[in-house]
Amino acid sequence: MVAVVAAGGVLAACGNRRSPYMFDARGSEAHRVAGLWWLMFALAAGVYAVVGGFILVAALRGRGTPEGRASRITENAFIWLGGLLVPTAILMVLAVVTVQTTSHLRRPERDPLRIEVVGKRWWWQVRYPAQRFTTANEVHVPVGRPVEIGIDSDNVIHSFWVPQLGGKVDTIPGQHNVWRFRATRAGTYLGECAEYCGVQHANMRFLVVAEPAAAFDRWVARHLTPHSAPTSDLTEKGQLVFLRETCAGCHTVAGTTAQGDEGPDLTDFGSRLAIGADTVPNDPGNLAGWIADPQSIKPGILMPPTALAPGELHALVAYLESLR
Amino acid sequence: MALTDDVRTGITEHDLHEIWKDAPGIPGFFSTVDHKRIGLRYIYTSFAFFFVAGLTALVMRAQLTAPNSHVVSPSTYNSLFTMHGTTMIFLFNTPVLAGFANYLLPLQLGARDMAFPRLNAFSYWIFLLSGVFIYASYLIGKPPDGGWFGYTPLTGGTYSGGVNLDFWGLGIVFVGISTTVGAVNFIVTIFKLRAPGMTVNRMPMFVWSILSMAFMVIFAVPAVTVATGLLELDRLFGTKFFVPHLGGSVLLYQHLFWFWGHPEVYILFVPATGMISMIIPTFSRRPLAGYVWVAASLIAIAFISFGVWVHHMFATGMPVQAMAFFSAVSLIITVPSGVQFFAWIATMWRGVIRFSTAMLFAIGFLLIFLLGGITGVMVAVLPFDWQVTDSYFVVAHFHYVLNGAVVFPIFGAIYYWMPKMTGRRLSERLGKLSFWTMFVGFNVAFFPMHILGFLGMPRRIYTYQAGLGWDTLNVIVTAGSSSPPARASPSGTGPGASGGARRRATTRGAPTRSSGRPPRHRPTTTSPPHRSSPAGIRCGTSARSPTPSRATTRPPAASGPKGRSCTRSPSQPASTPSPTARNASLTRPTCRWCSPSASPSCSSGCS
Repeated sequence: MVAVVAAGGVLAACGNRRSPYMFDARGSEAHRVAGLWWLMFALAAGVYAVVGGFILVAALRGRGTPEGRASRITENAFIWLGGLLVPTAILMVLAVVTVQTTSHLRRPERDPLRIEVVGKRWWWQVRYPAQRFTTANEVHVPVGRPVEIGIDSDNVIHSFWVPQLGGKVDTIPGQHNVWRFRATRAGTYLGECAEYCGVQHANMRFLVVAEPAAAFDRWVARHLTPHSAPTSDLTEKGQLVFLRETCAGCHTVAGTTAQGDEGPDLTDFGSRLAIGADTVPNDPGNLAGWIADPQSIKPGILMPPTALAPGELHALVAYLESLR
Repeated sequence: MALTDDVRTGITEHDLHEIWKDAPGIPGFFSTVDHKRIGLRYIYTSFAFFFVAGLTALVMRAQLTAPNSHVVSPSTYNSLFTMHGTTMIFLFNTPVLAGFANYLLPLQLGARDMAFPRLNAFSYWIFLLSGVFIYASYLIGKPPDGGWFGYTPLTGGTYSGGVNLDFWGLGIVFVGISTTVGAVNFIVTIFKLRAPGMTVNRMPMFVWSILSMAFMVIFAVPAVTVATGLLELDRLFGTKFFVPHLGGSVLLYQHLFWFWGHPEVYILFVPATGMISMIIPTFSRRPLAGYVWVAASLIAIAFISFGVWVHHMFATGMPVQAMAFFSAVSLIITVPSGVQFFAWIATMWRGVIRFSTAMLFAIGFLLIFLLGGITGVMVAVLPFDWQVTDSYFVVAHFHYVLNGAVVFPIFGAIYYWMPKMTGRRLSERLGKLSFWTMFVGFNVAFFPMHILGFLGMPRRIYTYQAGLGWDTLNVIVTAGSSSPPARASPSGTGPGASGGARRRATTRGAPTRSSGRPPRHRPTTTSPPHRSSPAGIRCGTSARSPTPSRATTRPPAASGPKGRSCTRSPSQPASTPSPTARNASLTRPTCRWCSPSASPSCSSGCS
């Protein structure tokens, strides 16, 4: 079993940079839980070996004897020791460790970075209330600074989970939940919806980008002065298409008349790593396919297909990719 | 089965059989209230549902074998896991155990039938109809797709407009009614219809387990009936119980659901342990160690199981202090299971194990449940659960518990009691093959899921991206899962038809009733069972030779079906020691040790 778990770790480490292996911890909470796991794993392996050994010995020791072998261990001793005292002792240890660990986690800290996340069907709205901008499916946090993520939903229940950073928090309609953590190392970590939320639950991912404070500040600054004005004929045409077609009814691009709030805010779309809540990588080809027929990539989502002339689609893609 | 006629009332054994026998022909088929026929129907029907649930699992595994595959559409996948969970919990595990209880309880208690035979038949038919009703959704192409737990608001009218969820919600309401009335029947039967002399401290452990299960059912199942009932009111009549922006609460649904949902785990698990407590002593040829301990554990589990439900909701953002309480109780509930576990080990310790198929399933159960129990302790630890809940780790955990620790005992029980139920023995050779394929396949299928959980794979996803480290493990899981179903059905090893089975001279219980009159339950004073006689054999031999020669004693499973004299011998002394004798260890009744194969026909011999 040790070998298998270790193999799992190796499997995760080899060539799969994005594998959200929870014991490859990059956040304060995940570190604690990983430590807890290795303690429990040691206990579990010991218990399994000892009790499993008792089962096998008990099954075999009477072999070949007419009436079974006598034993100095009485039945009551088995039950008292194996069934009652030893488990109680182990559980007491675990109870103490549980309370200790829990009390260290999710405590309010001074001067946290506040982020508001809202679970949508099937993507994540991400707001930075103090900085006053909104993005989607990508949460940027500075390494080392306490982060306080408020978690809400205006539809069904989802669950916000970044395995390498920490445990889950459900988005409960009508209830404001908070998750507090600190990223310990820079990197891009996969986040997932962990509560079944309908047809596209599987493709409701997001990315958490933990970066050094300076890089984070630059990222924030860029959002405070969005470049939504077209800079070329092509992107200007793309913007016209965007505002003329149904796009603007559901999406927002700051600085334009597009102020829809059904779909993700696209103000910084060009800088994002993926499309459709990390369903496909963000490149012009994927984006064109997505706009033309999102249902073939992520069946069942709320975004309808958009029929555009090839030239218009090309312009729209160029416009969206220019939004940074 | 020659039983004495009642000289006071003048009612003869023949009269009783006339009164109780089924009507002939088709009306008799539908109107029968015979607990044995109903019990078998429960078992057959639930195995039919089990088969369907197995197919849904195979399709899901086909879809998940490779990343980004398109074997089924997302909505089909969602309905598959909904129906898989619903079927396994409501239409297989719960009713199959009710089937065994129905069949065995009156036999083990020495009763003529269940306390309320008509209610019993009602319970079966409601179960069948509600199962058929849920599956009827496929006829109009609208299978339920809200998950087997049916969380609101996803299952509310706003987000699930079609009738899909109504099939599910109404079906669950009626399955709940069926289960509840069945439990009432078990409790009354156990309390009121025990044979004279069978005090509660002499009941077979399986009866104890059913008693514990039935009490959990009558307190837990109404909660899920209310949850799904209120959900249906919301959906059909526009009430707002679970509509958050109109004053409802979505967490209320979860509390109601899991207030049933966690005791339900023990509702399934406890009867399975009862089966193990019958099988292990028989094939260890020892009485069960720590009878009082095991019975007390079953009662303790029934109580404590009502204090753990919130551990299904650790991620919902409740106050940490509240969750810490449920975390602690979830740790504590391990202790009674540990007591049972070591009682079984102690039973085997000084015994001579006969590795029959039933015993192999019991030992397989021990090894699997040990792991499922350990991971169960882990998920009780609050911060660890935040990480692994709703991941494949939990999928692995509850399949170790619900599939490994419930289905394995059920298979063991089939090999153990089938000779009594059908008059045929299952082939041991095929049985062992069946066990080993299941045991290996089970572990290959479910063990890697623990690691998939660590690698961050969430539950209930219809597909996943390549390159997350999940690909190889998913192939292994699918490979493992495709092996057990191939041989999982005990009918695959075929009673009779396969050629491996032979008809035996067993009495199949009794032709109509278990026994015309309740037998007297007579404790024996000759040779305390825990010192000498192998379990299960006493029944057959005690009447003739109180100290059977060990050398000629056959293993119980072989002896029972061969019809070793298990009937009451007229020459048996009629006088019985007082059941209230103080020295329980010397006055323990033989009945408690009756082998399964022995006890039914022994229902009189056990006296």
